[in-house]
Amino acid sequence: MIRDITLGQYYPAKSILHKLDPRMKFLGTLAFLASVFLFHTLPGYGVLTVFLVSVIALSKVPVRFLFKGLKPIFFILLITVFFNILLTPGEVLWQWGILRITREGLWQAGRMMLRLIYLVIGSSIMTLTTTPNQLTDALERLLNPLRVFHVPVHEVAMMMSIALRFIPILLEETDKIMKAQMARGADFESGNLLQRAKNMVPLLVPLFISAFQRANDLAMAMEARCYHGGGMRTQMKPLRYQRRDFLAYGIVVVYLGIGIAFRVLKI
Amino acid sequence: MSIELKNVTYTYSPGTAYEIHALSQVNLTIPDGEFIGVIGHTGSGKSTLIQHFNGLMKPTEGEVLYNGENIWRESYPLGKLRSQVGLVFQYPEHQLFETDVLTDVCFGPKNQGLSEEEARKQAASALALVGMGEAYYQKSPFELSGGQKKRVAIAGVLAMNPKILVLDEPTAGLDPKGRDEILEQISRLHKERGISIVLVSHSMEDIARYVQRIIVMDQGRVAFNDAPREIFSHYKELEAMGLSAPQITYILQALREKGLDVDLRAMTVEEAKESILEALQKRRLGEDGR
Repeated sequence: MIRDITLGQYYPAKSILHKLDPRMKFLGTLAFLASVFLFHTLPGYGVLTVFLVSVIALSKVPVRFLFKGLKPIFFILLITVFFNILLTPGEVLWQWGILRITREGLWQAGRMMLRLIYLVIGSSIMTLTTTPNQLTDALERLLNPLRVFHVPVHEVAMMMSIALRFIPILLEETDKIMKAQMARGADFESGNLLQRAKNMVPLLVPLFISAFQRANDLAMAMEARCYHGGGMRTQMKPLRYQRRDFLAYGIVVVYLGIGIAFRVLKI
Repeated sequence: MSIELKNVTYTYSPGTAYEIHALSQVNLTIPDGEFIGVIGHTGSGKSTLIQHFNGLMKPTEGEVLYNGENIWRESYPLGKLRSQVGLVFQYPEHQLFETDVLTDVCFGPKNQGLSEEEARKQAASALALVGMGEAYYQKSPFELSGGQKKRVAIAGVLAMNPKILVLDEPTAGLDPKGRDEILEQISRLHKERGISIVLVSHSMEDIARYVQRIIVMDQGRVAFNDAPREIFSHYKELEAMGLSAPQITYILQALREKGLDVDLRAMTVEEAKESILEALQKRRLGEDGR
């Protein structure tokens, strides 16, 4: 049931991509997203595709997990393609009443579709190979310079980790309470909207109570360990760049260079 | 009113990296009026198993039969099944949500379609069974102590008049006194109402005293399914599964190794006392005779 929802959709595997420093993966992903908009010609898309396919191969994540991420944007894709095909002016290939398909429309629609798909798959690769906690760590380190401007970077990162940590716990709790109430004859699936909302009370009240209880316990436990946030805290597993990370940065820079070259030379 | 499991296998998140076989090839029968204990190490599949009894979980493979009918055939009234097989989850106090005790216990009977008045009657009798008097009816469930909350929650399931009552670790988090009280009340229920009871626990001591049969779960399989005395004689194998026999079994074992002829199958302290006294008397008689 609810247990099947995995947040951040991390896929455990042993690949070079899983081992890379999360900071590198985060910046690398940003670079990739930028490159999707750099290329705009057929050979350019060829380079883009080759790069993406080799990264997917390196990640050892089954392809069907990547396509799962596309499900929520399916309708956006459909609408984009539909309007781009029908509303782009140019050389008419087919016409029926006010509906017409142009050569430019097809090219434009194909391009938009490719970009959207690549954007989603590109960022999915990062979330599939990086645990939410690693990602938070990376963000904390990357945003660290903002401290100069009194941005509470550590506190925000801590809140993010705690929130992420508690999502599966609360999901499990929801599942448990739901089942307990179903065992008492509660019905969460039928009735009209108002009825359904009312039926949620036996689920929501215990859930909120337990969430507050947990928050209280956690705050108490943190205080008992003299937690004071920020300051000069060290980490148990501090992020340290390895040689493979510099190598990966190098590859991304070269790749981005190719993208810029393609754009400048109009290939 | 029997539950029958045939070759039941349950797999969490099949086909993904998180795949776990929680149950494999389980065959069981829960007959009428029996008091059964289910025991197993954490993660042995106990909780998954009992959720198959009232159709909260659907087996990945195999069949669950209630009175000979497959509960997963199309249009089977699962709601009715759930009111006949009452399931009390671990920490049932987490399911309380109403503003007062009586209304909370009425939730189940009302879902069964009973009138306000009938529901109240059922709730009152269920609360009486768990030893919660009228003085508590108007209290908020959140003002009660842990043990009292637990009893109210158990009453919430009892009020539905189940034919089979399944309890998942009803004594978790209770002090010894609260534990004994709850177990006594459950045992009384079994005698007075004649309903079948399935008691899940990881403590042999808890269940040894009350149950007629013990099902030992190990890694999603039924390892033993027998009378308590027979089960405890396998205490070496139980240890390999991360379980243990009642402490008294170990004492008797040690005594026997020292040459005292005690009955190893004694399960409670009282029985053990009898057995030791008897053995001592026999020995004395033997010495006198010599």
